[in-house]
Amino acid sequence: MGGRFPSLLALFALAAVAAGAEEIGDAERGEALFKKQCSACHQIGEGAKNRVGPRLNGLFGRRAGALEDFTYSKSMARMGADGLTWTLETLDAYVHNPKALVSGTRMNYRGMADPEARLALLAYIREWSDKPRDIPEAEPTAIMTDHAVDPAILAIQGDPDYGAYLSSECTTCHQADGSDQGIPSVTGWPEEDFVVAMHAYKDRLRPHPVMQMMAGRLSNDEIAALAAYFATLK
Amino acid sequence: MKLNRRLFIGTTLAAGAALSAPMVWGQAKPRVVIIGGGAGGATAARYLAKDSAGALDVTLVEANPIYTTCFFSNLYIGGFREFESLQHGYDKVAAGGVTVINDMATGVDRAARTVTLAGGQVLPYDRLILSPGIDFKEGSVPGWSVDAHAEIMPHAYKAGPQTQLLKAMVEAMPEGGTFAMVAPPNPYRCPPGPYERISMVAHVLKQKNPTAKILILDPKDKYSKQALFEEGWGLHYDGMVEWVGPEFGGAAVEVRPETMEIVVDGEVQKVDCCNVIPGQIAGKIAQIAGVTDDSGWAPVHPDSMKSKADENVYVLGDSSAQGDMPKSGFAANSQAKVAVMTIRAELTGSKAFPAKYTNTCWSLIAPEDGVKVGASYEPTPEKIASVDSFISATGEDAALRKATYEESLGWYAGITADMFG
Ligand SMILES: Cc1cc2nc3c(=O)[nH]c(=O)nc-3n(C[C@H](O)[C@H](O)[C@H](O)COP(=O)(O)OP(=O)(O)OC[C@H]3O[C@@H](n4cnc5c(N)ncnc54)[C@H](O)[C@@H]3O)c2cc1C
Repeated sequence: MGGRFPSLLALFALAAVAAGAEEIGDAERGEALFKKQCSACHQIGEGAKNRVGPRLNGLFGRRAGALEDFTYSKSMARMGADGLTWTLETLDAYVHNPKALVSGTRMNYRGMADPEARLALLAYIREWSDKPRDIPEAEPTAIMTDHAVDPAILAIQGDPDYGAYLSSECTTCHQADGSDQGIPSVTGWPEEDFVVAMHAYKDRLRPHPVMQMMAGRLSNDEIAALAAYFATLK
Repeated sequence: MKLNRRLFIGTTLAAGAALSAPMVWGQAKPRVVIIGGGAGGATAARYLAKDSAGALDVTLVEANPIYTTCFFSNLYIGGFREFESLQHGYDKVAAGGVTVINDMATGVDRAARTVTLAGGQVLPYDRLILSPGIDFKEGSVPGWSVDAHAEIMPHAYKAGPQTQLLKAMVEAMPEGGTFAMVAPPNPYRCPPGPYERISMVAHVLKQKNPTAKILILDPKDKYSKQALFEEGWGLHYDGMVEWVGPEFGGAAVEVRPETMEIVVDGEVQKVDCCNVIPGQIAGKIAQIAGVTDDSGWAPVHPDSMKSKADENVYVLGDSSAQGDMPKSGFAANSQAKVAVMTIRAELTGSKAFPAKYTNTCWSLIAPEDGVKVGASYEPTPEKIASVDSFISATGEDAALRKATYEESLGWYAGITADMFG
């Protein structure tokens, strides 16, 4: 999927400087853009209705062409049937060039070239979709960035202190005393096996979704730190 | 080179510790008081004591001597757990170096930095952690109040006798009777909780009372894991469950406990068992402490769980308003670890690391039919933001669903050991 949306991914990489997550974009600017470029055909917000185009509340996570009370182009309906769902990535591509994603779309819009403007617009539209607080499976609201943890804190061979803190996330499910009930033990692994296993989850080679998510956000240094810490437990 | 820098930073931090932690040479240790020994509070107490290795004076104030987990309380209703298996005492928390006081906190003086208990004791603190869970919003369901009607139409949304009462009422329903749930408005604790409960009630009725009906009256037009629950109800409890959303009156419900009636969109209906889950706000002591806002929840800084109203106060779990994390035991446990790391860094000069948060919620739909939803979160300047998520798919095979259920059993054992020792 990554290859289909190079512009956004390039931007992710650029944004990946600070620790933690990045807001999708400047929602205030997005609101102004929406008013100027979208509101002639689309409504969003309290009491929004279908107009020339469908209402955009609840757009994130919605299947393309899914509103029952709106008549879509055949092309949009087919993309929905094929499985197109509106996420940050797919919306970014669609707003960039609508015809690239849905050839026969009736949306008569030339596209928005500036990636920062697109993300601002999408940040604004995201505000009117499900809140993960209420519906945990809702689309993410921010962009994950690489952890730029002070390299001094993360010694190359794995800082067990940092590992101890990180491991408190593991012990929510994996028991610290090494017992094994429905969830395997993580203590007492050879460091190297542990690192290899975590990378296999990170690369989504191993299938478990919780572990893919947990490992997916760990940097190489963080995996090393965890391994160093777990190795200290017998 | 890396190593040199590491050593250098390490030394600076240690020097900072000596300055900011004047507890050496016989002076009093910094004091941390925690109100609420549930998912957030018990975790925080245990980790503070364990990780600071005696450098902090940690006191936990909890109203009940035994904590009954809300998590898995639906499985008890469904007959998959014994009630006692939900109960946890504080012996091991105390053995881990925490002073456990079994009393109700009634006052917080943030200027004097003291907590007052119902028994009259006054506890001074350097840092205060509030993790008091939820309270119910008065007037949220017309005709129902917690003091007057919880024995007739239970909420069972704080686990304990309420849960036992609801289970008994379900089992005593007349043949072909109607079970009604008044579902809560957002935000509330455990987004999939009401719907897991429906699954468990349906499982009981299917065996004991298969002609009974289940009615959900819901003010929300969407709920967590909806597709998974709807699929499961169709598969296992065909025709038993009816969901009434806001379009058809689910948001305009009045209850009449005296006559066991509910009024939906003006139409009166007799029911045999009614589970009222009202709208929710932060636990009362958070209101008393003055750290909540107009929404009824307590805003916190996303990178630390520190109250936005007071830098010496932290709010964890259900009571906090932090952004995207759902109100769950898993979330409260995850937040506690970030708060502990921050408090230790402030009071003892230990290393501070970036905040990371996680949540996963498992739900049981039918025997060995488990599903899950989870996400990871990181702080942005504005809120704790969701950055990645997953959910079980519809149409998964039985083996995967069984493995998911077994995993949830492992999770319960793991997280309760993490909280209570
Ligand atoms: C039916 C149901 C099912 C659930 N299932 C799950 C699940 O599967 N997974 C999951 O992660 N979460 C689940 N939850 C949610 C979970 O129970 C809560 O989100 C979690 O308990 C919140 O933790 P907390 O620390 O904020 O509050 P609590 O765990 O409620 O703890 C608050 C504690 O503070 C005490 N207290 C309050 N005020 C005072 C005071 N003034 N003085 C002294 N003590 C005080 C209370 O006695 C209580 O022990 C479920 C909830 C329900 C209702």
